[in-house]
Formats: sequence, structure tokens, C-alpha cells
Amino acid sequence: MTTVAGAPRTSTGRAARIESSTRRRHRTMLPVILIAPAVLLLLAFTVAPAIYAVILSFLHLQISGGLLGTGTPHEVWAGLSNYIETLTDPEFWQSLGRMLLIAAIGVPATIALSTMFALCLDAKRARLVGITRLAIFLPYAVPGVIASLLWGFMYLPATSPIGGNVIDYFGSTGIFFAVANVAVWSVVGFNMVILYTAVRSLPADVFEAAEIDGASELQIALRIKLPLIAPAITMVTLFSVIGALQLFNEPTTLKPLANAITSTWVPLMRVYAQANVNNDIYGGAASSFILIVMTVGLAVLVNLIGRHGFKRGTR
Amino acid sequence: MTTIAITGARKKHPNLVPTIILVIGALYCFLPVLWIVIASTKTNDQLFGTPTFLPSFTGGFFTNLQALFAYNNGIFGRWVLNSVIYAVGGGLLSTVIAGAAGYALGKYRFTGSVWIFRAIVAAVLLPQIMLAVPQFLLLAKFGMTNNYAAVILPQLVSPFAIYLCKIYAQAAVPDELMEAARIDGSSEWRIFWSVGSRLMLPALVTVFLLQFIGIWNNFLLPFVMLNNDQLYPLTLGLYGLMIVTGGQAAQYSIVIAGVLVSIVPLAILFLSLQRYWKIDLISGGVKI
Repeated sequence: MTTVAGAPRTSTGRAARIESSTRRRHRTMLPVILIAPAVLLLLAFTVAPAIYAVILSFLHLQISGGLLGTGTPHEVWAGLSNYIETLTDPEFWQSLGRMLLIAAIGVPATIALSTMFALCLDAKRARLVGITRLAIFLPYAVPGVIASLLWGFMYLPATSPIGGNVIDYFGSTGIFFAVANVAVWSVVGFNMVILYTAVRSLPADVFEAAEIDGASELQIALRIKLPLIAPAITMVTLFSVIGALQLFNEPTTLKPLANAITSTWVPLMRVYAQANVNNDIYGGAASSFILIVMTVGLAVLVNLIGRHGFKRGTR
Repeated sequence: MTTIAITGARKKHPNLVPTIILVIGALYCFLPVLWIVIASTKTNDQLFGTPTFLPSFTGGFFTNLQALFAYNNGIFGRWVLNSVIYAVGGGLLSTVIAGAAGYALGKYRFTGSVWIFRAIVAAVLLPQIMLAVPQFLLLAKFGMTNNYAAVILPQLVSPFAIYLCKIYAQAAVPDELMEAARIDGSSEWRIFWSVGSRLMLPALVTVFLLQFIGIWNNFLLPFVMLNNDQLYPLTLGLYGLMIVTGGQAAQYSIVIAGVLVSIVPLAILFLSLQRYWKIDLISGGVKI
């Protein structure tokens, strides 16, 4: 099913559409002209950098030429050494571990809160729905960097309105919750709106029937609405997981305030430090490529689990 | 009968539990913003000395704003302008590109169209932000970093936006209407311009806003691409300001004013445009 909610659907059958489109297949160059910019840009700024990164990841610099080794350094084939270097670097695994810990705190919290808010918005006789929905959505308009600065002041002992002088938000444990909280704050409203839309598009007669049968509002929410919006929950989970793996803005911005955050604290920060600070673009390229493969793999996995779970849930 | 009677009686009372949960959620999301608004009215001394949620009325607000816009020969204004250029320029261009590509994929079959669409679906899963460093390495190879184009070009094409536009074009632009226009003698280009693009407008507005926010919020790409602070967007500029002033609490009031100035206009724009954009497109579009 690839329909768009609210959009008018064409009544034309698939066969008719294919037939009519093949008819005009050679009549116009318009579609090719229309798609050309997208294809060219995609090749230049997505495919080419990815290929270039793969090539770089198999190279390294070698100083040669001249018996004294005074020649200019040039790129030579490095085989898998950049990959081995990355995969055997304890800091790589530690940065990955820190990122996963933050994801383990942030993703479930985001999903639970946004689902709860969406169900509350849809609950009968709930009040202040408009204004609270707007307020919860508001942080989405705040860039991650600005959100981190904002929360940085919330955490900072000198300015904290939430007990920063008592609770150590920048301590070795607190920092994980502090970073996860900024991420949750930023995305919970957006996810809530997506889930709320999913709840709203459910057929009302199901709830009415359940209500007549004496089901409570809570039972309807948990037993009927929740399973029915499972596909939407899977989707926001997928978005949140991918988002969590790309964690960079929040820890980078909080770094000047928190000593616990190092320059290689999460994988993307490590890639940046490798490529732009240490000038090891070859190692940076290898690390980038490993991360991209991991992320795509995880995204596919979440998708598969979600679909499987969904099918089982509705059977 | 009794059930109906009870439900009818209950209807008069607000449902407390969900309302309370929503209010707590709203406070969680809104209080930090409120704190920034209040903190921006304070001088540095007041920031550390007065109750946090008590605003100051001694003119600290305008002093802070003045200090912010005077900082480093008014570079903050430049950052705001840069962010607008990146987000509006990049957002408009990428919307046009995604709309055109989506329409072509949704309404026509041509050589390679199936494969192009498959590639785009695959690219949706590719984490764009992780490509920032490879994009930098490639552009650096050609000496193309450190300018406006280096920040805008990599963000011009969004596979997800093309995907949304394709799905929407398929559903919202009826074949019959295109056929009728053809019989009336319209060229394909004219059909795209006066029928297709009009019918796709809700999707285009949504894509523009998503792209606008994406570019406005992007930090890593300008962070790797730029080293001239005259080209910085707001996010990068404020980050730099925080680094510079990080050690010295004396400058906090400038950063706080900067945070406020970067939130408020965007939040107003956003909330006022809320009814024009359809988030349900996102949930509908990804339902496969």
C-alpha cells in the first residue's frame, strides 16, 4: 500500500495506467529533463563522495622517492589496514558504546513519550489539546545546536533552574542522560504529531463498539488504538534509531561545558577529529564507511523486525 | 440505556489524566524556552544572582541584544543572513528539484525510471549526515570548499523528498486530467506547469518546510565545509561563540540573547505555517 492519506486516489486500474503510459513513452523528453537535475546531483553529492570515501579508505600516505626519503608523500594502496586500524582502535568501540547507551536511553523514551502524548491528544474530553500540542511540537523548530546550548544553561550549575548545583548533569553518568534528554526534547513533538495523525486516521466505529461493550478509555487506548498504530510506531522507531546513530550536534555543542565529553566521544565526532583535526583522511574515510554500513544494516534490521512484529500483532 | 446515560453525564467533565499528562509534556517542552526568554532580560550579574524564573526589568534585554549585534563588528547579523540564504535558497531549489523528479517518476514511464526510483528508495536509508565528511573530502580535492555552494549543493537533493513527491504526484494528479489537457492540445511541459505543479502544491509546501528546517538545523556540513566565520550559519556561529566564551561566564548573556534570537523568529514562522503543511504526508508516504 502506497497511498497518501487525504490525497485523492485515481480510479484508473493499474493495467490501464501502464497501457496509457507506454503509449506516451517516446512522445516526450519532459520526464528525462525533469529528473536530470536530481539524478546528476545524487551522482555528484551522494554516490561520488561514497565511492571516493571507499577508495580513500584503501589508501594511505607514503613518503618515498630519493634515498634519504625526502620526496613528497604520495598515496599508495593500503589494503585493509585502515579498516583493521579502525576496528582494533578501542576508542572506536568505546565511542560506539557511548552512542548506543545514549540511544538505549533516548529512543525508548522518545517512543514511549510520543505515543503517550498522541494517545492523550486523542482521548475523549481531554482539555487544552490545541495549546499543549503546539508547545510539545515547538522544540522541533529549535536547531539541535541551539537546543543543546539551551539545555547547557539548564544543566550548568551557575545558571541551572533545575538543580544543576545539586545534580551533576555533566558527571560521568549524568552526561549520558543529559545528552539523551536534549535529543528526546528535540524530536518528541515531531514523532507525537506523526503518531497522532496515525491514531486520527483509525476508523471511529471500532472504538464506539468497544465503548458500548463497556471498555474504558484506557482499555480502548492500550488494547485497540495502540496495536492499530503499530506500523506508525515502527516507522518513528526507525527514524529515531537512524537519528541516534548520527548523534553529533548535541555532544559537540555541550563539549565546551562538559569535561566528560571528549573530542572522540561518539563515532561521528571521532570521524570528524580524524579527518579534520588529525588530517588522517584515509582513516576517517574507513571509519565513515564502516558507520554507513552499520547504520544501513541496522535500519534494514529495524524495518524487518517492525514488519514481522506488526504482522504477528494483527493476526 | 444506563451505559449511554453514564457516558452522557461524564461528557461534562474534562478527562483529567490525559489532560494532566499533556500539560506536563507541554511544560517540559516549553519551560527551557521560557527560561531563555527570562534569562535574556538579565545582565550577567543578575543571571547568577537573581531567582532564575524572575525576569529583570532594568533594561538588560536591550543591552544584551545590542551587545549581541555589536559583537565582532556585527557578525551575528551576518550569520542570521547566511542561515536565511542557506535555508531559503537551498530549500526552494531542492523543492523544485524534488517536485520535478517526483512528478517525472510518478506520472511517466521512461528508460531507467524503475531503476532510478529503486535507487532513490535505497538512498532514503542512507544517512545523509554521515556523508558530510566524504563530501568534504571530495569537494576539497577540487578546491570547492569554504563557500556558499559547498553548503548548499550537497543538500539540494533529498531522496526522501523525491519519494514523497513521487507518491503524492501518483495519487493527486489524475491521468484523466492529463489526458484531457493533451486532447486540448497542451504540451507536456504546460501540463506539468499548469496542472501537475498546482495539484502537487500541498506536497511541495511540506517538502519545502522539511528541507528548510533540515538545512537551517544542519550543523555538521557547514562545520566541516567552512572555516571562514563570515560564511557561518547561525548554528555554527553560536557554537563558535560558545567555544570562545566557554571559559568565561562573563559572555553568557550574549550567547543567551543569541539563542533567543535564533529560536523566536523560526518558532513563529513555524507555528504560523503549521496548518499549511501536512505531516500526515510523512506517515502516509512511508507506509509501504
